[in-house]
Amino acid sequence: MTIVSLVLIIGGLVFFAGGSVGILRFPDIYSRLHPAGKMDTMGLFLTMSGMAVYVLRDFSLSALLTALKIMLIVVFIFITSPTATHAIADAGMRAGLPQWTKHPGGKK
Amino acid sequence: MQTAFIYVGIFFCLIMLLPLYRAVFGPTILDRLIGVNAIGSKTTALLILIGLIYQRVDMFVDIALAYATLNFIAVLATSRYFQKRKGLYKDQ
Repeated sequence: MTIVSLVLIIGGLVFFAGGSVGILRFPDIYSRLHPAGKMDTMGLFLTMSGMAVYVLRDFSLSALLTALKIMLIVVFIFITSPTATHAIADAGMRAGLPQWTKHPGGKK
Repeated sequence: MQTAFIYVGIFFCLIMLLPLYRAVFGPTILDRLIGVNAIGSKTTALLILIGLIYQRVDMFVDIALAYATLNFIAVLATSRYFQKRKGLYKDQ
């Protein structure tokens, strides 16, 4: 049970590291939103489910309640993270933030 | 298992430095907002990890849920506040 939880947490850490490097290296704001959204959903889901499995290693009612609360946080973030990402992209579009192009100043 | 959790927490703190660069030196305000949002979503996982280290998960789960709610509201309010500022990003 602890091996399963450790594997899940390390898999989530891989997603977190990839998302952080993506936020650092992508060229403009709209493409930076893509690793931010991936990190919030997949990395947090794997990490939180690993912790929930570790909490459930010796089964009792309070442990089950704690694991359910952890998965409730995951469901909450699955709803709110796309909303926040869409709000940031919408703010950028409405304020007229220019998009990144390979050839600035028109196509060649 | 406790030492493994402590190492995972240290790795989380090291990963948090990468969005912190984006939050400090971001070219626009919305870039800084993305960095703050990424740090907040990592903190939600880190709070439950702290609960596992101290063996008080049932208390830290509620703190993590409150932090996730606060992070979402902060990002939503800030992006709604800055979306009507036309000409704010013209200088770059």
